[in-house]
Amino acid sequence: MLPETMPHRSAILNDIFGRLQASSFPLGSDGEDRIVQITFLVVALIGLAILGWVTKKKKWGYLWNEWFTSVDHKKIGIMYMILATVMLLRGFSDAIMMRSQQAIAFGSNMGYLPPHHYDQIFTAHGTIMIFFVAMSYIVGLMNYAMPLQIGSRDVAFPFLNNMSFWFTFGGMVLIMLSLFVGTFSTAGWMGYPPVSEIQQSPGTGIDYWIWGVQIAGIGTILTAINFLVTIIKMRAPGMTFMKMPMFTWTTFCTAGLMLAAFPFLTASLLLLTLDRYLGTHFFTTGMGGNLMMYINLFWVWGHPEVYILVIPLYGVYSEIVATFSKKPLFGYASMVYATVAIMILSYLVWLHHFFTMGSGPSVNSFFSMTTMLISIPTGVKIFNWLFTMYRGRVQMTVPMLWTLGFIFTFSIGGLTGVMLSVAPADMLLHNSLFLVAHFHNVIIGGVVFGIFAAINYWYPKAFGYRLNEFWGKLCFWCWQIGFWVAFGPLYVLGLMGVTRRLSHFDDPSLQIWFVIAAIGAFIIFIGILAFIVQLVVSYMHREELACGNDPYDGRTLEWATSSPPPAYNFAFVPKVHDRDAWTDMKEHGYERPLDGFNPIHMPKNTASGLVIGVLTCVCGFALIWYIWWLAALTFLGVIVTAIYHSFNYEREGHVSVDEVRQFEQKTGNWKSDVQGAAA
Amino acid sequence: MPAKRFLGLLLIPAALALGGCQKLVLLHPAGLVAQEQSHLMIVSTIILLSIIVPVLIAVAIVAWKYRASNKKARYDAKWDHSPVLELFVWAWPVLIILAVGALSWIGTHQLDPYRPLTDVAKGEPVPANVKPLQVEVVALQWQWLFIYPQYGVASINELAAPINRPITFKITSLDGMDSFFIPALAGQIYAMPEMQTQLHGVINKVGVYKGMSANYSGAGFTDMRFKFYGMTKDSFNGWVAKVKASPKDLDRATYEELIKPVRNGPVQYFGTTQKGLFNRIVNRCVDPANVCKSTLMARDAKTGLNADKKNAMGGMSMPAGKAADTVPATAH
Amino acid sequence: MNTTAVDIASNQPREYFCRTEPQAHNGSLLGFWFYLMNDCFIFSALFACVAVFGTSFAGGPTAAEVLDLNGLAVNTALLLVSSVTFGFAMLAMARQDKRGTLTWLAVSGVLAAVFVGLEIHEFVGMIAEGAGPERSAFLSTFFTLVGTHGLHVTLGVLWLIVLFTQVVRFGFTEANVRRLRCLSMFWHFLDLVWVGVFSYVYLIGVLR
Repeated sequence: MLPETMPHRSAILNDIFGRLQASSFPLGSDGEDRIVQITFLVVALIGLAILGWVTKKKKWGYLWNEWFTSVDHKKIGIMYMILATVMLLRGFSDAIMMRSQQAIAFGSNMGYLPPHHYDQIFTAHGTIMIFFVAMSYIVGLMNYAMPLQIGSRDVAFPFLNNMSFWFTFGGMVLIMLSLFVGTFSTAGWMGYPPVSEIQQSPGTGIDYWIWGVQIAGIGTILTAINFLVTIIKMRAPGMTFMKMPMFTWTTFCTAGLMLAAFPFLTASLLLLTLDRYLGTHFFTTGMGGNLMMYINLFWVWGHPEVYILVIPLYGVYSEIVATFSKKPLFGYASMVYATVAIMILSYLVWLHHFFTMGSGPSVNSFFSMTTMLISIPTGVKIFNWLFTMYRGRVQMTVPMLWTLGFIFTFSIGGLTGVMLSVAPADMLLHNSLFLVAHFHNVIIGGVVFGIFAAINYWYPKAFGYRLNEFWGKLCFWCWQIGFWVAFGPLYVLGLMGVTRRLSHFDDPSLQIWFVIAAIGAFIIFIGILAFIVQLVVSYMHREELACGNDPYDGRTLEWATSSPPPAYNFAFVPKVHDRDAWTDMKEHGYERPLDGFNPIHMPKNTASGLVIGVLTCVCGFALIWYIWWLAALTFLGVIVTAIYHSFNYEREGHVSVDEVRQFEQKTGNWKSDVQGAAA
Repeated sequence: MPAKRFLGLLLIPAALALGGCQKLVLLHPAGLVAQEQSHLMIVSTIILLSIIVPVLIAVAIVAWKYRASNKKARYDAKWDHSPVLELFVWAWPVLIILAVGALSWIGTHQLDPYRPLTDVAKGEPVPANVKPLQVEVVALQWQWLFIYPQYGVASINELAAPINRPITFKITSLDGMDSFFIPALAGQIYAMPEMQTQLHGVINKVGVYKGMSANYSGAGFTDMRFKFYGMTKDSFNGWVAKVKASPKDLDRATYEELIKPVRNGPVQYFGTTQKGLFNRIVNRCVDPANVCKSTLMARDAKTGLNADKKNAMGGMSMPAGKAADTVPATAH
Repeated sequence: MNTTAVDIASNQPREYFCRTEPQAHNGSLLGFWFYLMNDCFIFSALFACVAVFGTSFAGGPTAAEVLDLNGLAVNTALLLVSSVTFGFAMLAMARQDKRGTLTWLAVSGVLAAVFVGLEIHEFVGMIAEGAGPERSAFLSTFFTLVGTHGLHVTLGVLWLIVLFTQVVRFGFTEANVRRLRCLSMFWHFLDLVWVGVFSYVYLIGVLR
C-alpha cells in the first residue's frame, strides 16, 4: 500500500471523498496486502457471526436498552472490560507478529514484514496496549467497583460516564479501521516528530493515531472529572476520607492524576495536529520550531500515565491481600500517604525518558533523584502487603496467586527501573531492549497481573458465580512463566547493546535469544486463551459455581449487596462506622433489611452519549481523510445533539418500592457455599 | 509453590551464564566512559538487591508459613499497624535510595557527556601532548557522516579512532531524531536537527565495535549502523591516509547527494572536505541562499529580551541539547 | 426484624443504613470546576509554548511589528466589561429577576461576540499581511493560544444563547440555575486566561 496523497482525479471527487480512493483499501496481491485481507476476512467472519447470533436471538433491543444506552456504572464498567479484552487480542497479535519477525529476520532473511509494515505494528501495539487495553481495563474496574465500595447508587454524572465510554469506543474504531482503510502510524506510540510531521509522513497513518488517541483521551478526562466528584461528594454517610477502602483511594489518586496529566496529551496532540493540518511550526525543523518541545509535553503526560495505569492496581492488590489474609490491611495510613506521594512524584519525573537529550548534569540529576524517590513509597507498599499476610490466614486463591506473582515480578521490574533512573547508566540502557524488558516487566507484572487479579476477584460480584479455578491458575502460570521466557532474553539482549524497534539484524549469534523470546510470547498466548476458556467454562458451569453475595467473607461495602448488584446498588444507603465497613457490619451482627423500602431515584438511560460518540468518531474519520464536508457536518451534529440533550429535563426515573422489595427478598440472603473460594 | 515462582527469576542469571561474558558489551565495554557507566549500573544493582532479595524471600516465607491450612501459625485478625515496623518500612527504602541517589548524583556530574575527559584510562590522566580527536557526526537519512576537521577528511558509515586518545564528538542530524550510540565506547546522546550535542569518549582496546542509531527515525532506521574501529596510533594514521587517498570531495554538491534517503548505504571515504560544513549543516545553511539559523536567532534575540533573560527562559522550559551554536558549547 | 446492631464497646445501637434517602449532593459545580482545571492545564501548555517560542520569529515579523495594542485595549475592555455584566446577570438571578437576568445575559453575549469578531478581524488582517500561523513558530503559538481562547469564547456565546432560550422557556428551574452558575464560572475563567494572554503575549511581546 502506498502512502495516501491527494489522488489525481476530478476535483468534485476529491471534494466528496477527500484523499480516500480505491488504493486506500488493501486489494493488492502482495504479501502484506494478503496478511491484511486474511485478517479482514477473519474479523469479518467473527463479526458477522456475532451480529447474526444477536439478530437471531432478537437481542438488539436488549443490547440497546440494557447496555448501549445504559448509564449504570456497572454496565459501563463491564462494557469497558469487554472493549479492553477485544483490544488485548488485537494488541497481542501485533506482539506475536513482532516477536516472530525478530526471531527470523537475520542476515539474508528479511523476515515477512517490510519496515513500513513492521513500524506500523510496533506503533499499533504500544498505542493499543496503553490507550485501549490498560486504560480501558482500569477505567472499567474503577467504574464497576468504586461506587459500590463507597456505598453510592451511581457515579456523579452517569450520562457523562456513558459518553466517556463511547468516546473511548470511537477512538478504538478509528484505530481498528486503520487496519483495513489506509495505513496506521509508523512513528512509534509516542509519535515523536519529525517522523510524525507531515513532511516525513504525509499519509493517513499519523492522523489515525492522532484522532484515535485524542478522542479516547477526551473520554478519559471526562471519566477523571466524574470519579473525582463521585468520591468527594457521594461517599456513604460516615465514610471519611481515612475510612475509604484502599481501592477507592487509589481510584481517587488516579483520577486526580488523569485530570492533571491528560490535558497535556490533548495539548501536544493538538499542536501536532496544527502542524500537520495548518502548517504551523511547533515541532518542525526550521522556521523556529523545536521537536524537543513535543517530547517534553508528551512525557509530562506520558510519565504520570504509567502511574495512572498502575496506581488503581495497587488498590486492587491491597483489597485482595487483606481479604485473603483474613486481616485488615497493614499500615493503612502509610499506604494512603505512599499512594499520594507516588501520585505527586510521578508528575516530576518526565525528563528521565530523555536523559540522553543533553540537558546537562544538573537537570539530569534532579530528575534522576525524583525518579528514585518514587521507589520509596512503592517499597513501603510491598512491605505493607507483606505485613498484611503476616499473622494472617493466607488463602491461595487465583487473585492471591496473581498478587504474589505481581510482588515477585514487579519487584524485579522496580530494580531494573532504578537501574535506568541512574542517569549515566541510562545513557547505556536508553532505547535498548533492556528498557523494553523493563517497562513490560512493570506493566505486565504490575498492571496486567493486577487486572487479572481484579477480574477473578470481582467477577463473582458482577455475575453471581465464581470463575473456574483450574483455568484461572493455568492462565496465571502461563503468564508468569511466559513473561520471563519472553522478556528475560530481552534483558540479556539489552545488555548486549541491542536497541529497540529493529526489524532486521546482521549478527546471527543474537538469533537464539529472539527465538526464546518468541516462545515466551506463545506461552503468554496460551495464557490469554486460558483466560477466555476460563470465562466460557465458568459460564457453562455457572449453576455449580454460584457463590452467594459474599463469597470471600469480604471486608468492603461491595460485598454487602447482592451479586450481581441491582441497578440501584443498595436498597438503603449504608452508614459507615469503620474502615472495613462490611467486616464491621458483620461483626456487629448486621442483618440485611428485607422490607420498609423507599422508592429510589435513578437516572434514565439515554442514547445521546452514543450518538455523540459515534458522530465524533465519524468526524475523526473525515478529518483523517480530508473529507471536509463530512467533518463539518458531524461536528455540527455533535453540537446539535448536545444542545438537544440539554433540553431534556426529565432525566430521572423511579424504582418502585415493589420492585426493590421483590429483588431484595429474592437475593438479600443469598449465601451459597461461603467458604468455597477458600479451597 | 514459591519455589516454582523462583524458577522464572532464575532464568536471567542462567541466561547470563549462557550468553558468555564477551557478548554482554554493556557489562564489559572497551572504553573508559562506558566502563564507568557500566560500573555505576552494577554497583547500584547490588545495593538494590540488598533490599529486594531479603524482601522477596520474606514474602515467600510469610505466604507459606501463614497459609490458611497451617492452623499452627499464629493468627491475629486485628493486627494492622505497628509504629516501629512502619518506621522501618519507610526508613529502609529511604536509606537504600540515599545511597543509590548519591551515586547517581556524583556519576551524573562526573560522566556528563559534555565534560571533556581528564583520564584516558582508570588512573591514567590524559598526557599533556595529546589533543583530543575531533569528530563531527551528522545523522543522515539513514546513514552516518563522520567529518574529521583536524585531518580534513570524512567518511560515511565507518568510524575509526586511535586507542587511548580522547575523542570529542559534535553531533547533529539532518532531519531525523537519531541517537548516536557505540555501546562499547560511551553512552548515547541524541542527534537532532538544528541542534548540536556533544559526547566525549575514549576507546582503550583495539577492535571492531558496533555503532548505531538508537532512536527510531523512520523506515531505514534498522540499517542505520556503522562499524567503529579502535586502532593503534599507526594503523589509525594508515586509515586516515587511506581515506585521504579517496578522490571524492565532500562539498556542497556531494552533500546534496548525501541527504537523499538511503537504506543500508555503503562505506564511503572523502579525501577532502569543505571547511565549516558541519556548522552550516547545524545552522541549515549549506545552501548559501538560506540564512543561517544562528544569524536568525541572533536577530530575534536583539529584538528585545536581553540575553540573560532569554537564557533563563530557554533553560527553564527547554532542558535540552544546545540550540545551534548561539550558546557557547561549554555553557550549561 | 433486627435491623440495628449493638455497638459492643459502648453498647450504643449502631445504625448501618439510612432509613430515608440522604440528601443528594449535586456535584455539577465541583465537576465543572474540575473541568476548568483541565482547561487551565491545556492553556498552561500553550503558555509554555509562548515561553519557548516567544522570540522564534525565524526571520519573519516580530511581535512588535504585528501586534496592535490599540485593538488589544478595545478587546480587553470588551471582555472585562462582559465579565462584569455577567456578574450583574447572576445578581439578578439571585433576586429571581428573570427580565434583568436575561437583559444582562444578552449584553454579556453581545460584548463577547464583538470580541470574537474583532479577533477574527485581527487574524484576517495578519494573514493578509503574510503574518499567518505558518510564517514562524512565534506566529504559530500566537494564533494557537489566542485562537484557542477565542474558540472557548465562541462556545461560551453559543452556550449562552442556548441557556438564554432555556431560561426564557422554563424559567429558573434548578437545572437552569445550576447551568447559569457553571457558565458564569466559565465566563470568568476565560477572562482570567485573557489577562494572561494580553500581559504575557501582547504586552511582553510588544514591549520587550
